[in-house]
Amino acid sequence: MAAERKAPSTIYGVNSFCPGCGHGIVIRLIAEVVEEMGLAENAIGVLAVGCSCLTNRYLALDLMQAAHGRAAASAGAIKRCRPEKLIFTYQGDGDAASIGIAETLYSAQRNEGFTQIIVNNGVYGMTGGQMSPTTLVGQKTTTSVQGRDPEVMGMPLKISELISSFDVAYLARGSVHNAASIRKTKKYIQKAFETQMNQGGYTCVEVISPCPTNWHLTPLQAVDRIEKEVLAYYPLGEFCEGGVR
Amino acid sequence: MKKLMKGNNALAEAAILAGCRFFAGYPITPQTEILEYLAKHLPKRGGHFVQTESELAGINMVMGAAATGFRAMTSSAGPGFSLKQEGISYLCSMELPAVIVDVMRYGIGLGNIVLGQGDYFQAVKGGGHGGYKVPVYAPSSVQENVDYITMAFDTAEAYRTPVILLSDGAIGQMAESVELPEAKEHDPDKYDWTLKGRDAAHPTGRKMTDRIYYDFAYSEYDPHIRERYSKMEEELQMWEEIELADAEVVLVSYGISSRVCKEAVKLARKKGWKAGMIRPITLWPFPRKAFEKTNKMAKAYLSVEMNACGQMVEDVALYGRSVPVYSYPSGRVIADPEVILQKIEGIFQGTEKEVF
Repeated sequence: MAAERKAPSTIYGVNSFCPGCGHGIVIRLIAEVVEEMGLAENAIGVLAVGCSCLTNRYLALDLMQAAHGRAAASAGAIKRCRPEKLIFTYQGDGDAASIGIAETLYSAQRNEGFTQIIVNNGVYGMTGGQMSPTTLVGQKTTTSVQGRDPEVMGMPLKISELISSFDVAYLARGSVHNAASIRKTKKYIQKAFETQMNQGGYTCVEVISPCPTNWHLTPLQAVDRIEKEVLAYYPLGEFCEGGVR
Repeated sequence: MKKLMKGNNALAEAAILAGCRFFAGYPITPQTEILEYLAKHLPKRGGHFVQTESELAGINMVMGAAATGFRAMTSSAGPGFSLKQEGISYLCSMELPAVIVDVMRYGIGLGNIVLGQGDYFQAVKGGGHGGYKVPVYAPSSVQENVDYITMAFDTAEAYRTPVILLSDGAIGQMAESVELPEAKEHDPDKYDWTLKGRDAAHPTGRKMTDRIYYDFAYSEYDPHIRERYSKMEEELQMWEEIELADAEVVLVSYGISSRVCKEAVKLARKKGWKAGMIRPITLWPFPRKAFEKTNKMAKAYLSVEMNACGQMVEDVALYGRSVPVYSYPSGRVIADPEVILQKIEGIFQGTEKEVF
């Protein structure tokens, strides 16, 4: 009997992400949550610039592709204009935490009512693996050739911790490096979407995600690196008063 | 019933009357009254007002609102208008209607907060990347602020394009008697293309992005862009003609400078000089059709604008073909009708030097 590919109606096509990339998993989680909440006809996504924008061809939802770094601004406006719809952004760390850090933090500060999904893979993926705000200390990239040196390049940026200084409705950091973390991240996304639809306010899920291509690792080595190195700097959990839980 | 209103306030009120229900912007002189007026009045009339952290966020919020079908606007001046350029290019690529107001100030960089006409190139020649074109309306009075902002929203929707209203510090800050139009109701759901959630007609959802990026429609891209802009170029040209029937020296001027030029044409006529004027109302598309008529009998064009080196004068030369073109960039002060008169006399007497 031929195997059948099961996918929610919110997914179409076959994604073209690199082998071992986390984007496909995060997109699938968003698609499943939207479908399970019965919101496929009432959801609008705002995509960033970078690998995240490839989502346009796989997520069967109304989507807009914002300018680089500006997805949060556009999504905030869409939510104000269509408050009854589920509005989310899908951005990388370069987009949301570097060029778009003002738009990200001010969306949190104004408590704009959309959900911001930030995929943190520690590099600029689409342009070929340059140092991003979340590149770890010592990590070699094409623009930190000797490894990230905090003396001249600063420490990796913790966007969720910055967001947590505002009184936001929901904030969590998940990962997609193993089955347990994937299940947990799906719950975070669901909680963020439910919070948006039920009580309103700014919600955000940061997702730690592997980029084997630009980490120059195999997919298995990449998830192993997340477990051993990345999570030590970026602890997982829901943010509430007093830190991550 | 006519009311006495400040230019910026009248513009903001007219935007609300035109159905604008979303504004996002940032304070900068001399446009700030637009922001303040809308902060006070837009929420009371069912609209959204957001003071953003920067002009970048402002134009990108407008982009989001426009994607939902709302009539959306932002306004700025000088340095702030520079920050809008990225968003204007994206609005063009996504073919989204929106209105961007630039209440021009004077000078390069921070320049100065005083009135000026320094942003012609930026507004008309595509201040952002990629080679787009945007309809640009140039009001010369408070009443035209009102009339053109209404027109700007209609044009934006009819052609699915951002539209720039190029006002200046004088028109924004002066108070004049103004007749406001009837309020229009705008239904954001009336167009199929707006983001509202996927439906049977769009089973995989609407994709609001550049087609060259999303489905690699390379072969269709350039013909589409060319057709789009040539249609606008043909259909949107607007201008005012003053004493053109027998004019030998034709002044070309827009906005605040054009008001002085009208006076100068009167003074010249009194002295027997055959002067007239083309006042471009749309700066893009530039009123080519007006020049096609005047090129046949004009002996000279005199471009008058309020900046240091002249900007529009290049378009006058482009559309004026072989007719000699003279320039009077009045710099930081509004052009003086007496100086214009002297220049007209100088052109007739052969003592003025042409620039093109």
